[in-house]
Amino acid sequence: MINGININKKANRNYNKKGLIFILPSLLGLFIFIFIPFSDVVIRSFQDEITREFIGIGNYKDIFTNNAYKLALLNTVKFTVICIPLLLLISLTIAVLLNRFVNIKVSHYIKTSFLLTYVIPTASVVLIWKLFFHEKGLINAIFFKLGFEGIDWMNTKYAFWVLVGSYLWKNIGYSIILWLTGINAINKEMIEGAMVDGAGEWKIFTKIMLPNLKTSFYIITVISIINSFKVFREAYLVGGNYPDESMYMLQHLFNNWFVDLSFGKIAAASVIVAIFIALLIVVLQKQWKSEY
Amino acid sequence: MKKKIITIGLLVLGLIFCMPMIFLVSSSLMGKSELLESLSAILSNSDEYVKLIFMPKYPTFRSYVKLLFDSPEFFVTYWNSIKIVVFVLLGQLIVGVPAAWGFAKYNFRFKKFLFTLYIVVMLMPFQVTMLSSYLLLDKMNLINTHLSIILPGIFSTFSIFILYRSFRVIPNEIIEAARVDGSGDFNIFIKIGLPLGKNGIISAMLLQFFEYWNLMEQPLTYLSDKGLWPLSLYLPNISLSYADISFVASAIVLATSIFIFLAGEKYLEEGISTLAEKE
Repeated sequence: MINGININKKANRNYNKKGLIFILPSLLGLFIFIFIPFSDVVIRSFQDEITREFIGIGNYKDIFTNNAYKLALLNTVKFTVICIPLLLLISLTIAVLLNRFVNIKVSHYIKTSFLLTYVIPTASVVLIWKLFFHEKGLINAIFFKLGFEGIDWMNTKYAFWVLVGSYLWKNIGYSIILWLTGINAINKEMIEGAMVDGAGEWKIFTKIMLPNLKTSFYIITVISIINSFKVFREAYLVGGNYPDESMYMLQHLFNNWFVDLSFGKIAAASVIVAIFIALLIVVLQKQWKSEY
Repeated sequence: MKKKIITIGLLVLGLIFCMPMIFLVSSSLMGKSELLESLSAILSNSDEYVKLIFMPKYPTFRSYVKLLFDSPEFFVTYWNSIKIVVFVLLGQLIVGVPAAWGFAKYNFRFKKFLFTLYIVVMLMPFQVTMLSSYLLLDKMNLINTHLSIILPGIFSTFSIFILYRSFRVIPNEIIEAARVDGSGDFNIFIKIGLPLGKNGIISAMLLQFFEYWNLMEQPLTYLSDKGLWPLSLYLPNISLSYADISFVASAIVLATSIFIFLAGEKYLEEGISTLAEKE
């Protein structure tokens, strides 16, 4: 009997090791292309960028006193802190409305039209953005007709908000779908029962729906963070390396340091961002006790 | 009544979302003179505004013909884009699908730690690993070749994250039953994992298609030779004074994406929803 258990355990261990074989090629690739090169960058972050002598935390001191870094960091944080809650809120509202008030067939078309924006190549979008938000562009033409003053969207502080709008426009579609998955998984009888008991829409939403949407919340947050870094594409294509101050992001700064060969600064800043993202994930995982 | 108002409101909002696309396609069907006239406000800095035109007065395919027959560089860039996308997706199928299977269906030491590491890598903006990747690719003599984009692309962890979920929902009983029948691990993966995870695989590949079709940061950093550029970089570099070419090229790139989107919409929606499904 004891032997039997041992054999089983051994079999189990062997079987589990086979899992690693499936992962091995991918892991190997990550080591070659990400982990090993990145450890080199971690070392460089403590070295002089030209002589490669160790200089302690000099590079870190450099970037924390750097005004461009402060501006870019502030803008990036501001962008994320504004966009992600806004995206979560708007897409949740639309998803609930679709679920509670729109019949399935029409709802399908509405979902498609929102999701379509996600697949439009940035390069195609930018051409349109230029026409919409130019000083003499379509938005100002409409403003003019309505009797308002035109705004130079791309070269003033409004540029930041154009970027926010562009992000929401692109990312609402999949967020709606992810919310809807969560909502559809909720027991319909529970909602109907609550309605019979006289619960209003708001009560149904806060008491029944919201508590069941944690998974959707986590996934949307993760994916929308990834995509928030990609607004750099729009910002870069519309504004180049040095766009209006209001949309000068960390990505611009990294790029410009790269062009100037300021490797020490990039290395230090990369390490900081990497640590920040790792912490963020750990916090998110704890928060939602998800198995991811 | 309330239902109708909300339905119509959402339909209108959806239409507004699609407006830029409609505008792009209708502009691509304008003749050059009509297009230049409607854009004259931007091109010549006059006092007027751009004119809002949703239906060209004289629809014509002339700009399409001009692009397709007189712009060889368009084909080169289109081909570059296809080459990058196809090889990255193929590589991800070979490397990523088994990896996601391993994470979803096996328990081993450090699994949770490894998977967290994968998610951290997935969340890194390109710029954070830009320097390290550049130094490596430079050492490998790959800068200014398509391999500098394809090779790292193959090991992207995003598709593994998506695939993980669709493999996760496959019931373990099926796998146990197959194991009792004497199937080996590799056989189980091929005969059970792949067919049952098919929809997830398709949707992961679709999402990655849009990602690599739209790639900008990597080619901008690694490819200095403009002949190697993909469409996503070539397009924005056409100046507005060639507006006719610019609109048509944008419309064709857009059409490719929309075509693939509509063909795979069912899988895409399903794949996205599996992400939020509870086990």
